[in-house]
Amino acid sequence: MKSSMRDLLRQGFQRLGSFFHKRPLDLDLDAEMQSHLELAVEENLKRGLSPSEARRQALVQFGGMEQAKEQQRAARGMPWLDIALQDLRYSLRTLRRDYMFTLVAVAILALGIGANIAVFSVVNTILLRPLPFHDPQKLVWIAPPDANGLSASTYSADAYDDLLTMNRSFEDVTGYYAFSTPDNLRLKGSGEPTPLTGIGVIGNFFHVLGVEPELGRSFTKDETVKGGRAVVLLSHAYWQRQFGGDRGIVGRSITLNGTPTTVIGVLPATFDFGAAFAPGSKVDVFEPTVLDDIRNEGNTLALIGRLKPNVTLAQSQDEARTLFPKFYWSKKYPDSAGNYTARPIELKQYVSGKLRRSLITLWCAVGVILLIVCVNLSNLLLARAASRSKEFALRSALGAGRGRLVRQLLTESLVLSGMGAAVGLGLAYAITSYIAHQGSLALPLLNEVKVDGAALLWTVGISVGAAVLFGLLPGLKMSSGNLQEALKDTGQGVSAGRNHERLRSALVISEVALACVLLVGAGLLLRSFLRVLDVDLGFQPSHAAAIKMDYNDGGSTDKRNAIFEEAIRRVSALPGVEAAGISDNLPLERNRGWGGPQAKGKTYRNGEVPGAFVYIVSPGYVTAMGMRLRGRDFTWQDNMKGESTVILNEKAAKFVSPGEDAVGKVVLINGHEVHVIGVVADVHETNVEGTSGEQMYLPTMRDEWGPEGAELVVRTKLPPAQLAGSVLQTLRELNPNQPAVEFRPIQGIVDRAVSPRRFFVMLVGAFAGLGLLLASLGIYGVISYSVTRRTQEIGIRMALGASAGKVQISVITKTLQLAAIGIGVGIFASMLVANLISSLLFSTNPNDPPTFAGMILLLGAVAALAGYLPARRASRINPMVALRNS
Amino acid sequence: MGDSKLDLLQGTLDLMVLQTLSAMGEMHGYGIARRIEQVSGDEVLLNQGTIYASLVRLQHRGWISAEWGTSENNRKAKFYSITKRGLKQMAEDTVYWQRLSSVMGRVLAMGENGGQQ
Repeated sequence: MKSSMRDLLRQGFQRLGSFFHKRPLDLDLDAEMQSHLELAVEENLKRGLSPSEARRQALVQFGGMEQAKEQQRAARGMPWLDIALQDLRYSLRTLRRDYMFTLVAVAILALGIGANIAVFSVVNTILLRPLPFHDPQKLVWIAPPDANGLSASTYSADAYDDLLTMNRSFEDVTGYYAFSTPDNLRLKGSGEPTPLTGIGVIGNFFHVLGVEPELGRSFTKDETVKGGRAVVLLSHAYWQRQFGGDRGIVGRSITLNGTPTTVIGVLPATFDFGAAFAPGSKVDVFEPTVLDDIRNEGNTLALIGRLKPNVTLAQSQDEARTLFPKFYWSKKYPDSAGNYTARPIELKQYVSGKLRRSLITLWCAVGVILLIVCVNLSNLLLARAASRSKEFALRSALGAGRGRLVRQLLTESLVLSGMGAAVGLGLAYAITSYIAHQGSLALPLLNEVKVDGAALLWTVGISVGAAVLFGLLPGLKMSSGNLQEALKDTGQGVSAGRNHERLRSALVISEVALACVLLVGAGLLLRSFLRVLDVDLGFQPSHAAAIKMDYNDGGSTDKRNAIFEEAIRRVSALPGVEAAGISDNLPLERNRGWGGPQAKGKTYRNGEVPGAFVYIVSPGYVTAMGMRLRGRDFTWQDNMKGESTVILNEKAAKFVSPGEDAVGKVVLINGHEVHVIGVVADVHETNVEGTSGEQMYLPTMRDEWGPEGAELVVRTKLPPAQLAGSVLQTLRELNPNQPAVEFRPIQGIVDRAVSPRRFFVMLVGAFAGLGLLLASLGIYGVISYSVTRRTQEIGIRMALGASAGKVQISVITKTLQLAAIGIGVGIFASMLVANLISSLLFSTNPNDPPTFAGMILLLGAVAALAGYLPARRASRINPMVALRNS
Repeated sequence: MGDSKLDLLQGTLDLMVLQTLSAMGEMHGYGIARRIEQVSGDEVLLNQGTIYASLVRLQHRGWISAEWGTSENNRKAKFYSITKRGLKQMAEDTVYWQRLSSVMGRVLAMGENGGQQ
């Protein structure tokens, strides 16, 4: 008798329906049975029976009332759901009775599952989820391969025009002005001017990304040409913060840097420029970039393209390879540090590709934590199994099959992991909202991290997986074996106990091995991080701080320098200040390059002269930053009247005069003769971990371009924060327009630059610590249990003259045996893992002996400690009491 | 109830119910049970109450439908009738039973030397 799929479904629904309508159906059945009996009685009466006999016979014919009801219920209901509910109720009762066990188990699970959800949320946001743009997989980042620094990864306005007209791969190309600095604008309202960050974008930027303003509109053509109306789009956050989410803002005029500017729209909350393109920074307003205004500024545009529907990434790469060298601009500036090549990559790859390995490592590490948690739970459940063996024997004697017992235990595991997951979700929610608000972490998209639907799904998956993992083994173990014997046995089920203990030892060994892998991995990452912190940056970040200075832009170079000189003179005079100087940008923050210095009289092939990072600095800057200097610093006399002067870094000096001291030499920069007056150490200009490029320092006094910013760097013996007030006060006296901006410790800038690595080290370190703790708990549990079980035996041995010390040693030896096997397996696994993560390590050997040795010692010590406590207990066993109790 | 009554084989009651409904039309539970008892010549061991489990099963499968109504002597009763799908199913099951009983008949009629008697 077969039934089709549809029948099965229909039955399922009916059964489900009847499950939830138990009462009405029961009433229905009662009524039906009632009418059945009445009909039977009636028929019996017709046959001439007396009323009482008619009723009696009707009841006999019907059979057992309750039995019939039960049969009917079984037929209509869902037996397995009923059983599951029964199991659930029973589990809850058991777990409530054993609340200490439940508490510990749920706490451990919550840590494991919570950490997993949190890491998943981070991985999902940064790595898995598509970028929050329209059809993001068609968006590409256009830059030369292996670009070092902003100038090397950006293009000129001419190049943009050429690309736009000549390419065949892209539906459209857009870009943004890559050199905008934080707080580069001032909003003039009724009170003090407030600083804000604006960024210039090519007119079609939002169109290409597929981002529609929430209010108002995007830029029009006539707003992106020279002399067009000044307009801005507000970011959602800035609109909320500055204008209280006033919907009437569109069309209103605000004063930005002294220019009346019309607000034409507000971007949606989902669009966060900083999150994708400038991790850890926030952009408040967007202005249209007028290409003609930046035509002579060299490489300033970061380019993004949208592929045509039928064009693949590889095709666009092929085209770019041959197309870029043909551009007009590359012939126009053959000597420039122009970018003659391009290799489009997926925008997603640009945004988060570098983090891929770190994140996957993190994901694996937290997975290992969950494994350790499962092992621990298995162990806890096994320990409980010993004390519950009688209960199970009894249930099995009462007719519960093995499947039923395993199901009961799995239900308990599911309840436990469900509770763990619930607490873990809360934990993950707290962690992710903490992470999302870490502005100092330079990780892309981080502020969008949250526990979302995908994370919930993940939670369900891992908690069910974990429940099966840690519940199945004890379940099978407990329901197997001779349960009847357990029932008879008055003791703790000696044979079953020994059996369990072997399993528990195996579990502990695997736990130690897993913890070992985590510890070694974390150790290697930590060592790398320490190496990174140890890197000679070329400057001394401690005891220095920077403040963004307003210099009333629009004045002449002389006027500006007069302000600079006066500001430095006054700030230097403040108590506690050792040196002060100004630079247009700071290392590890903004960076840009020009055509580098060439040796005089030597001819170079096209492209042979490397671009150099440029810092336009005042006298005193080199000292304020704590840079080592050979030769002399600039003086205020290094101005337009005298000869051109430059300070080079070691690398540039080596390029222009290999094997000789460059100080005193004359070099060519952009075809002009310039005197090298000093050589400073190589500064890490783009990141802490990479190497430095050629660098040159030009004096602000000769800078006809006008710096785009002025960072006043102050070196002080005092804690920088203590100086903040007086420095700002001094700048205010000089220029009432000076906005109240942050006084930033230079160390903070370095910290920000290494923050992604710190983030990973912290998390992996935390997981390793957690793993160590769980492993030691596991060891403690197993040894402690074994001591309890052997109380009698130990008592006898002590009664026969074994000393307390000897007993202790034997217990600790057993502990160390377990630990040693675990560590042995762990070392092997660690070596494999270390090689897998070697690309994440910074000047650290994946098989770094000190790290391995250190971590193994740590693990061994913790294991010994975990074994010591039960050992001490064993040595204090009173032989008489132990023997009497048996 | 003596030992001479037949225990019902698993599933046979369902087929009996279907057959009863298909032959007799709409009936209530008591009527079905009585009818089966009568037709079987009171040979089947049937607690009338067990009919209700069968009726629920058949309803779940969509082979019969039920409706509250009034009996010929004005009592409230639930009436069952066979559905189209039920008829189809019954036809299939009937063939199955006939084949099974003929096979059983032949096997049981086997002579000592293995030939048909």
